[in-house]
Amino acid sequence: MATGLDIPTNSYPELSEGIVSGSRLELALKAGKFAITAELNPPDSADPDDVYQAARPLSEVADAINATDASGANCHMSSLGISAFLVQAGYEAVYQISCRDRNRIAIQGDVLGAAALGVKNVLCLTGDDVGSGDQPGAKPVFDLDSVSLLRTLRTMRDESVFLSGRKISRPPRLFIGAAENPCVDPLEWRPDRLAKKVKAGAEFIQTNYVFDLPRFEQFMSRVRDLGLDQQIFLLAGVGPLASARAARWMRSNVPGIHIPDHVIARIEGAENQAAEGEKICIELIQQIREIQGVSGMHIMAYRREHQVSKIITSSGLLDRRNRR
Amino acid sequence: MYRVRLFAVRHSRSFEWIYRRVEASLVSLDPVFRRIGYERVEPFVATLERWTKSFLFDCKMCGQCALSSTGMSCPMNCPKTLRNGPCGGVRPGGYCEVKPEMKCVWVCAWDGASRMRHGNQIEIVLPPVDHSLKGTSSWLRVSREKAVSLREAQEARRSTVARAFKSAREKEPATAPLAPEPGEKKDT
Repeated sequence: MATGLDIPTNSYPELSEGIVSGSRLELALKAGKFAITAELNPPDSADPDDVYQAARPLSEVADAINATDASGANCHMSSLGISAFLVQAGYEAVYQISCRDRNRIAIQGDVLGAAALGVKNVLCLTGDDVGSGDQPGAKPVFDLDSVSLLRTLRTMRDESVFLSGRKISRPPRLFIGAAENPCVDPLEWRPDRLAKKVKAGAEFIQTNYVFDLPRFEQFMSRVRDLGLDQQIFLLAGVGPLASARAARWMRSNVPGIHIPDHVIARIEGAENQAAEGEKICIELIQQIREIQGVSGMHIMAYRREHQVSKIITSSGLLDRRNRR
Repeated sequence: MYRVRLFAVRHSRSFEWIYRRVEASLVSLDPVFRRIGYERVEPFVATLERWTKSFLFDCKMCGQCALSSTGMSCPMNCPKTLRNGPCGGVRPGGYCEVKPEMKCVWVCAWDGASRMRHGNQIEIVLPPVDHSLKGTSSWLRVSREKAVSLREAQEARRSTVARAFKSAREKEPATAPLAPEPGEKKDT
């Protein structure tokens, strides 16, 4: 159809068997690769160049880039906007959706819009409370939660209907993910909660920060006992700490972050705290990579994107991309 | 009240038993309710339910009670009203991200569920809340649905018998009856 605009006509191609979205992240994971994803720090700007600039250092090493949805309840450029720019620039985006700010009508509509714009990965999140952000007076929505959001998107994708039952003529083709926080309370129920997310339809998991290796190992051992590692791809979240002060601040001000005292003490005792933080991160990556059931790493380097490429390269992840 | 709520979670197994009894009683009252009319019974049961459940569980009358699947810890007390919690922000010791002085509603839920006979119901993925049902009695809705399905099962059994024993049904209809019992209305 001639539209007079430069619009690709083959924007809804057929997918091969066993592939749900055709995203590079999905293909890499399903091909047995150890995947790397990284979180982009969203700009406080309406200039697309700011997105591209933030994405460039990550794109050197990451299979996909996560566009956060006002994480910590702080307002930035929307995750839908960022994801669309990333796709336009040829990067692979993971569109994060939080349930805090939009109800089910808005979310389902946005997901169709995102899929039409070429976004192929979504991450379903409950979201931090508004009280932890820069506008604590905002109305918290939480119409859905991460689990019901997962089921909603799976229904839209697999059954081609909205939650209302109304038909979707061209369903969104998405690789659907969720988060899990393996190192915070209730530790004994976290794997069961993950099982619930898998039941609701999660296909990949990106975890919150892991700084406590024994806790994570314990979590993974339960995950394997439940057989969950056979049903999903789990990417463990890590990131460099800038200084002992920053670590303490994060621990007490950002929801859901557990940093053991000995990690902070080690950074505090170092001459160059940032370098030590980076070193700890590299060591964690090397140790986590060897844990059975881990399919990749998710790097969250808040305001330290420039370090991501070096961390990944030094950790040796790129030298051995195939999973065991 | 927060303390009573925690008490209910500690005694989730007893409350589970009480809940099953209450449900069974309401189901058995179905013929009476149908005669009076469910819409006339609704305000009375809803008021009774509101009083009892707000005292025991800090109930918010969402109209879609999930207590039996949430360890007798009401999920509507979660500041994020999560129906499939907990979130990732739980503080050390199992306290709420938003209200640090309160035990996480979902930490309580998993704890309560671990003591219940049908505690594994917490694994069920619950749908989002239907806000149009807020304020209505979920006791009445559940017992009514149960009574309807019981009646339907009975009718299905009768018609199966009548079909399987065709000639008995034709020659001696009283041995394979299809007619509803007196006082039993076809519609609900």
